[in-house]
Amino acid sequence: MTKTHEMIITSSDQVPQRPALKRFPIPRNFGVTPESRIERGRAWPAPQGATRTKTFEIYRYDPDSGKNPRLDKFEVDLDGCGPMVLDALIWIKNNVDSTLTFRRSCREGICGSCAMNMDGTNWLACTRYIDETENIARIYPLANMRVIKDLVPDLTHVLAQYETIEPWLQTTTPAPDRERLQAPEDREKLDGYYECILCFCCTSGCPSHWWNGDRFLGPAVLLQAWRWLTDSRDEATGRRLDGLEDPFRLYRCHTILNCTRTCPKGLNPGKAIAEIKKMIADRQS
Amino acid sequence: MSQPPAKRVRPLSPNIQIYRPQLTSVLSIANRITGIFLSACAVFLVFWLVAAARGPQAYARFDALIGSWPGQLVLLAATFAFFLHLCGGIRHLVWDTVRGFELRQIYASGWLLIAASVVLTLASWVASLVIAGQG
Repeated sequence: MTKTHEMIITSSDQVPQRPALKRFPIPRNFGVTPESRIERGRAWPAPQGATRTKTFEIYRYDPDSGKNPRLDKFEVDLDGCGPMVLDALIWIKNNVDSTLTFRRSCREGICGSCAMNMDGTNWLACTRYIDETENIARIYPLANMRVIKDLVPDLTHVLAQYETIEPWLQTTTPAPDRERLQAPEDREKLDGYYECILCFCCTSGCPSHWWNGDRFLGPAVLLQAWRWLTDSRDEATGRRLDGLEDPFRLYRCHTILNCTRTCPKGLNPGKAIAEIKKMIADRQS
Repeated sequence: MSQPPAKRVRPLSPNIQIYRPQLTSVLSIANRITGIFLSACAVFLVFWLVAAARGPQAYARFDALIGSWPGQLVLLAATFAFFLHLCGGIRHLVWDTVRGFELRQIYASGWLLIAASVVLTLASWVASLVIAGQG
């Protein structure tokens, strides 16, 4: 968890201190349909008597208001709140606006509920330090998701995509009397893949999924697909590959690698997808 | 009362409008843009061949166009685009063998790609100017 000046990023938790570009130089409403246009919101008053405050600019959307999403500004008393962005959100909910809506559960980076876009990149709010955010921290829901309320994205579509890869062990041989055994070196092949918490930071940060998300499965689901393809106990490899071998489902991945850059668990969806492509190429030869 | 929530389309959270440009995405889009640009340059190359086939006058006109400073600028851009796209292609070939996927390697190869394209562009311009000077 470090702010860095390094040009070579070695781990996905590094936050560039002075990024050359905060966003792509395109109009704010580039390709944005009318119901998604973000309007100016309100600025909430600063807490009384606070000596150390920080501004948070937060995406708000209230489905019951009939209004468009808006950006609200909050002043957070840093002395009254914990060190993480999630702590700041909870502080706002407790002290300023109780209608601020977000998902959270474990507050230690294992449930994936509080995945959101902070200063332009996806990460878990519970494992991002407030210190690492910009002077005015910009908090949005996960990119490119339908928004239910405020920072709560609708994950129905990506979870349906997850279902299509049948993420469970499949066998054709008769069930043994005991567990299906796995050699330690075969078990090691699952390392770096089984740890995925399905927060969908990667899928939401993938430009290819932005443009073709209706048919392209996206990095999170494809990493899970590889997790079952590489499992020595699974016996449905051929059928799984048949299901993936498709110009859109798999091959809309153009190895952009925003996924690997953003994974809050330090996993490598980009590599998993390359493994799948190679496995398909290998079986054809 | 406004529309009932169930009937209204949920807003889509912003994607490219807010997502931070990173070396990964910038080089990816650069590979696309240089590819499109080089395709246009290929058409230009055909014009050059047509001009050569039509005779000295047509060729001289084309030569003047290419020799003007906007022409030279396009040519410089085309050289850089060519090397960026070429090196980017090689990087993708390496990736296809499932090598170079550690974040450190992704960033190292990305910056190397940019450095190599600049060096190769300068080298080819210096070389061609030297050859032109000798000719």
